[in-house]
Order: sequence, then structure tokens, then C-alpha cells
Amino acid sequence: MDINLTLIIQGLAFFATALVVMKYFWPHIMAAIEDRQKKIADGLAAAERARAELRDADARVAEEIKAARAQAAEIIDRAQQQANHMLDKAREDAQAELARLKAASDAEIAAAAARARQELSRQVGELALAGASRILQREVDAAAHRQLLEQLAAEI
Amino acid sequence: MSGNAQSAAGGMTEYIQHHLHHLEWRVGPGSFWVINIDTVVVTLVLVALFLGVFLTSARKATAGVPGRFQAFVEMVVGTVDELVRETFHGSSKLIAPLSLTIFVLIFLMNFIDLVPVDFLPWLGREAGLHYLRVVPTADLNTTLGMSLTVFLLIQYFGLKHKGPGLFFKEMFTAPFHVHGTLGKILLAPVNLLLRLIEEAVRPISLSLRLFGNMYAGELIFILIAVLTLGGSLTHGAAYAFGPVQLVVDFAWTAFHILVITLQAFIFMMLTIVYLSMAAEQH
Repeated sequence: MDINLTLIIQGLAFFATALVVMKYFWPHIMAAIEDRQKKIADGLAAAERARAELRDADARVAEEIKAARAQAAEIIDRAQQQANHMLDKAREDAQAELARLKAASDAEIAAAAARARQELSRQVGELALAGASRILQREVDAAAHRQLLEQLAAEI
Repeated sequence: MSGNAQSAAGGMTEYIQHHLHHLEWRVGPGSFWVINIDTVVVTLVLVALFLGVFLTSARKATAGVPGRFQAFVEMVVGTVDELVRETFHGSSKLIAPLSLTIFVLIFLMNFIDLVPVDFLPWLGREAGLHYLRVVPTADLNTTLGMSLTVFLLIQYFGLKHKGPGLFFKEMFTAPFHVHGTLGKILLAPVNLLLRLIEEAVRPISLSLRLFGNMYAGELIFILIAVLTLGGSLTHGAAYAFGPVQLVVDFAWTAFHILVITLQAFIFMMLTIVYLSMAAEQH
């Protein structure tokens, strides 16, 4: 337990060890640690940036979806309007056509009736003429009485 | 343990004294010119172990994903570095590596205390060494050598950070301050005396604290070993004391794990504190 030369040896050995540690160990390990710290910090910053970008992209996508939806709604609206319009027009056209056809057929009917009446009156006139000639027992001079006959036929 | 103790000739006193005797190498006349070979060799082996492990890991250190080994070394380094940063506000390249060296080296030296107390001396005897005392920090030379190195560093730090003028002026003007020339002259001797005591007490308390703890620890391990000294399987006492020895030895070893770590930490922490105090101006 006496103090002896060991004291100096131990002191020097300790100091030399500390110097070696200072010179050959500490800078290396601290450089590695600091490098890694920087790397991790960079990585975290990059992750944060990516997250922000993702948020932006999400917002943009949502906005675009909203715009597309609005546009689609507008298109559908317009199409519906157009369809209604076309339907109305078709209905109007059909009604007009109907009216026109009806008018045409009415006119035709009227014409046919007039023709029939004319024919009828002519036949009646002939019949009347035939009857009259029979009554008179003689030939009526058609040429002589033409004017009279025609007047008669027109009266019937 | 008891089997090894048996062959240590003589009784209990001789066994203990034998255990507390260094393997000495007399290099000159007088009691000073002696080298405790066991202390020095164990220290050098531990220094080699420490430097080998740490320097290898430093050379292989990458900024990428660290291996388990590098992670362990970095954890120790990081802890020490943080402690130094918190305590020491100046800039110094030496203080953090010095603190790391103190902590790891003292921890390793203390750790030898946990090797069963008769194991290494028994190996030594087989190798022809008559005495072997293996715990370097249970040798006052080691602890005093380290604390004197720290003491010299404290003075160096004081001179470097304050400059010689302030360094020597403070010896006479701190810790007691007065205004007026007469008061200053009167207080100068008192201040100097206090300063000298303060400076002298530091290395002594630093070394004695560590030495005392480790010496006492070693002594208690020896005393536990003495329980079955000279016993054998034919002795009834061996059956009575054997289990007691097992339990007590286990308990003391477990407790000692805390002691060796704590003492290494205290030595390191006080060194940091002393050095930062030396660097700061009063």
C-alpha cells in the first residue's frame, strides 16, 4: 500500500491513454455521430416536405374532383334542357302536322262531298230530263233546251 | 474459492495479508523505487482492451445504420459528451475524451474486482507468481496517479483559460473579496491558504474516495472467502458456511456492480466539474 514508482507509471499511462483517445478515437466517432445526426435531420426534413407535398396534391385532387363534378352536373342540366326542348318541339310539330293533316282531309272531304253533290245533281238533272221527256212523250231537243236543263241542274 | 484458499499456507491473517501484497519489482534502494507489476500489467492490459475496442469501432464507424457494437460505443460517447457539454461551457478538445477515458478505464479496473477473489491469484501461482493483487484501483498508486494527473490538468486549464495574470491574482483575491487596499493585503494570505488547501484536497479526496471504495470492496470479498478458509468436503463447517458464503458473496457482488459504476462515474463527473471550475472566472 506504499506510494512508489507505480504512481508515476499509472499517471502517465492514464494520461497517454487519454491523449490517444483524444487524437484517434474522439474525432472519428464524433464525425460519424454528427454525420448520422445530419442524415437523420435531412431525412426528417425530406419526409416533412413530402408530407406537405402530398397534402397539396390531395387538396388539388379534391378541388379538381369538385370542378369535374360541377361541370358534369352542368352538362347533364344542359342535356336535360335540350331534351325537354326537343320534346316540346316534337310535340308542337306533331300537333301542327296533325292540324295540317286534319285540315287537308277536311278539305278533301269537303271537295269529295261537293263533287258528289255535283254528280248527284247532274244525275238528278238527267233523271229529271229523262222523266220529263217521258212525260212529254217526245224527244226533248237537248240542244234546244240545254240552257234550261243546265239551269235546272244547277238549281238542284 | 475455499479450495484455492486452502493451499495458501497459514491462517486467516496470513491469507489476508498475502492477498493484499503486490507483486513487486524493486528497481532501486528505498521504498519508493518499487513497481507494483501486477497493478501496472493489469492496467496496461485493460488500456489495450479499451483502446482496441474503442479504436476499432471508431475506425469502422459509419454514418449509416450502426451495428450493435458501434451503437454501444456511441451510447457511451454520447452520454459522456452530453455531460461535458452540460457542465463545461468553455471549448476544449481534451476534456470530453479525458472524461470518457476516466469513466471506461476506471470502470474496467473496478470490474476486475468482480472476478472471484482467488481466481487470478491462483492462475498466477500456477504460472509461478507468488503474489498477485489484480484490482488496479485498489492500489493507492493508481488512484493517486490519476488524480494527480487531473490535478496538473486543472492547473493547466486554469492557466490557459484565465491567463497567468488572472490565474495568480485569483490566488490572493478569491474567495474573499474586499474593497480597499488594506483589506486586500490583509485577506491575501487567507485567500492563498484557502486556495492551497482547496487545490490540495481535490486530488487527495478524488483518489482516496475511489481507493477506499475499491479497497474495502476487495477486503470484504477476501473476508467472505475466509468463511470457508481451509475447509474441505470432510469438514462439517464447510457445509455450514458454504451456503452462507454463496449467498453473501452473490449479494456483495451484485451490490458491487453498482459501486464500481458509481465510483467510475463520480471520478469522471468531479474531474469535469473541477476542470470547468478552473476554466471559469470568479
